[in-house]
Amino acid sequence: MVAQRMLAPVEIPAERRPGGRNGSPPPGEGGGGWGQEGAPSAATARLGVWVFLAAVSMLFIAFTVSYAARRAAPDWTPVALPPLLWANSGLLLASSVVLEGARRHWRCGDAGGTRAWLGLTVLLGAAFLLGQVAAWRELVAEGVFLASGPHSAFFYLLTAVHGVHLLGGLGGLGYALRRLARARPAEGTTGLMFAAGPGKATGTLDATRIREATVGEATGAAGADPGALLGNVAVYWHFLTALWLYVFFILWS
Amino acid sequence: MAHALPHLDARTVGELSFWRRYIFSQDHKVIGIQYALTSMAMAVLGGVLALFIRLQLGWPGRSWPLLGRLFPGGMPEGQMSQAFYLAAVTMHGTIMIFFVLTTLLTGGFGNFLIPLMIGARDMAFPFLNMLSYWLYPPAIVILLASFFVSGGAAGGGWTAYPPLSALPQAAPGSGLGQTLWLVALAVLIVAFLFGSLNYITTVLQLRTRGMSMLRLPLTVWALFVTAILSLLAFPVLLAAAIMLLFDRLGGTSFFVPAGLLVGTTPVDHAGGDPLLWQHLFWFLGHPEVYVLILPPMGMVSDILANNARKPIFGYRFMVGSMVAIAFLSFLVWGHHMYTSGMHPLLGTAFMTTTLVIAVPSAIKTFNWLATLWRGKIRFTSAMLFALGFLSLFVTGGLTGIVLAQPPVDIYFHDTFFVVAHFHFVMASAAIFAAFAGTYYWFPKMFGRMLDERLGRWHFWLTFAGIYATFFPMHYAGFMGMMRRIYSPQLYAHLQGLAPLNVFVSLAAFVLFAAQSIFLYNFFRSLFRGPRAERNPWGATTLEWTAPSPPPHGNWGPALPVVQRWAYEYSPPNAAQDFLPQTAPAAVPVGREPGALGGDGERRR
Repeated sequence: MVAQRMLAPVEIPAERRPGGRNGSPPPGEGGGGWGQEGAPSAATARLGVWVFLAAVSMLFIAFTVSYAARRAAPDWTPVALPPLLWANSGLLLASSVVLEGARRHWRCGDAGGTRAWLGLTVLLGAAFLLGQVAAWRELVAEGVFLASGPHSAFFYLLTAVHGVHLLGGLGGLGYALRRLARARPAEGTTGLMFAAGPGKATGTLDATRIREATVGEATGAAGADPGALLGNVAVYWHFLTALWLYVFFILWS
Repeated sequence: MAHALPHLDARTVGELSFWRRYIFSQDHKVIGIQYALTSMAMAVLGGVLALFIRLQLGWPGRSWPLLGRLFPGGMPEGQMSQAFYLAAVTMHGTIMIFFVLTTLLTGGFGNFLIPLMIGARDMAFPFLNMLSYWLYPPAIVILLASFFVSGGAAGGGWTAYPPLSALPQAAPGSGLGQTLWLVALAVLIVAFLFGSLNYITTVLQLRTRGMSMLRLPLTVWALFVTAILSLLAFPVLLAAAIMLLFDRLGGTSFFVPAGLLVGTTPVDHAGGDPLLWQHLFWFLGHPEVYVLILPPMGMVSDILANNARKPIFGYRFMVGSMVAIAFLSFLVWGHHMYTSGMHPLLGTAFMTTTLVIAVPSAIKTFNWLATLWRGKIRFTSAMLFALGFLSLFVTGGLTGIVLAQPPVDIYFHDTFFVVAHFHFVMASAAIFAAFAGTYYWFPKMFGRMLDERLGRWHFWLTFAGIYATFFPMHYAGFMGMMRRIYSPQLYAHLQGLAPLNVFVSLAAFVLFAAQSIFLYNFFRSLFRGPRAERNPWGATTLEWTAPSPPPHGNWGPALPVVQRWAYEYSPPNAAQDFLPQTAPAAVPVGREPGALGGDGERRR
């Protein structure tokens, strides 16, 4: 679903020549570009997230290759990883689940609920990071330092680099939270103003329109749509959850 | 990450403070010019470092009292120290590759041209774009600070091979200077990543109406493919740099093997693998040379077509070959490591992929020649430099085929033959394309024309200077002269090369001096050049439909709508010898299928 939404606007319309065989565009208009103006649309922002994640993936692929190569060396001595990491993984997984909960509340038009669930996500993410630090301290207490061996070196390196990325994700969540707090109920109604573009926000709870806004099909910019922002942050956050499980797996195995 | 500040409205830009408008600007054109000007300053610095190298190689061991007074650290009593020489070699390479060519071509031209050529008002994420540029000066400061620390700047070569780069005690330049080198590179990589992210998203999402992918000018295609390359290659170097920093500062052993001695002191490391660094480095390093040569290929394509007044020949093959080059560039890194120890079969595999990459390169070359064939060629300065690019690219490309073969490379490895090869194919060719692009787009960037007469002087002196400087280096390489050598006079087999080295050094000085013509022309025209009209070259692409220089937001209230491909030059039965991409479809039947490329045979 996510991938489809990301890809759809990227697709090049089939017609390649003005008035060509695959449908006739309006006179004076060829096919091709989207002619988007103004701030990045939700789809553009989403594409940006995926492109960024491609770069992050390459970073971790490079670490993985190094890990595999280094593991073959004779001085490889596995370190017993602290069991606390299992609990940390649970926290991060839970944060992803809760984040989806926050998005469901947003889709239902419940801003207060969204904020609460999003706040819980931030707490769980922060708890994960604290847990990682605690895991480091446990290892240090056992006398396992960065330079103790290749396995410990990779453990500290990978958890640290992942942690830095997660810190960025927390920043994104915090930003989304702040933006949601600003989405005030419109005057005289109980609904929220899910600005889908100038002149479009009527202030009423129009489920269809909200849905449209959240799936990024509205013309409004991501800057005006906390729902789209939330979706983009969620893509990044879930990716980091999956990345942690991957890192945990290769460090453990 | 994904979110950018709300776009600045074209109407409010007049109210922006000086700082927001010219310094911390989010306008892609200002950012492009910032990148270009900073790169130019760095190019002068990189050039001066090259002169130091040539000074030592032309007159090894000679004393230069005046320089000794200016640089007491690097040239005590006028004699260049070994550490300073090695630092000059390392920093010349680092600066020219990362801090000049990459930043100028993708940061400068990429930023300026992409939105203008696709009909967008700005990049997709203007704030991120500003951030990208503003990571560049700190990276420069960190890099240059290394000249002033104990032990001097990094001296382990621009490839920073461990253990020289991993052990602070290994050599004078392995100390703090190397740490700063790594940090500067890491910061710059982040800047490149922000830039690439922006370029990819912008090209995919912000094309104006009618601008299908196969109507994009080849410059945009080149910058787009380059952005994908950087995005996938630079994180690998970032990972390697982080691990090397851990080795240096944290006592880990990713790249340092056991049993090393520095002097007589055993090194406290175990089990690391220096070859791992080489693999990671060249996995970036080879795509990096295509990061430097693809944008020139695109820019030269557009400039050749414009000045030959002919459609580019084989548009689709041009696009396809760029994509093929980009893909193959990830599969050839091993050819830098033939002598590092590699299974012969693996060497053969890398030889094959390396030779295969010559095929798309040759397709491009022949397409350029076919574009020129029977064209009404205008020898503008931009055209001269574009033709110079062709010459240098072919000269350097042919020696690439020689070096691709392991048995030959084992002889030539780390000699001046390699230096000559990459200075032709990557460095000079890319610089020539950058000059061509500057002469071509200067009117659009600054609203004034460069002086064409000075441009021709600049071209001929630079062209002759490049060949005089680098061509003899092939011969020095044949004779076994090692690259990065400090004291060629000590080797019997190199003593006969002394006159040749003097000649090369003199040529290098002339080449450097000739660039002052360009700098004079550039800065004089910036203020005194004749005003440029909207479309001085009679070009088809969208940037020439905007005012010169374009305002914030590039176009008035309405964005241009694209009707045809970018190479409608000399259409039959038309009033003028070009049709802009925005010209309505009133053209003779059969000429409009822009997306089909220039081959007239494939009309409907």
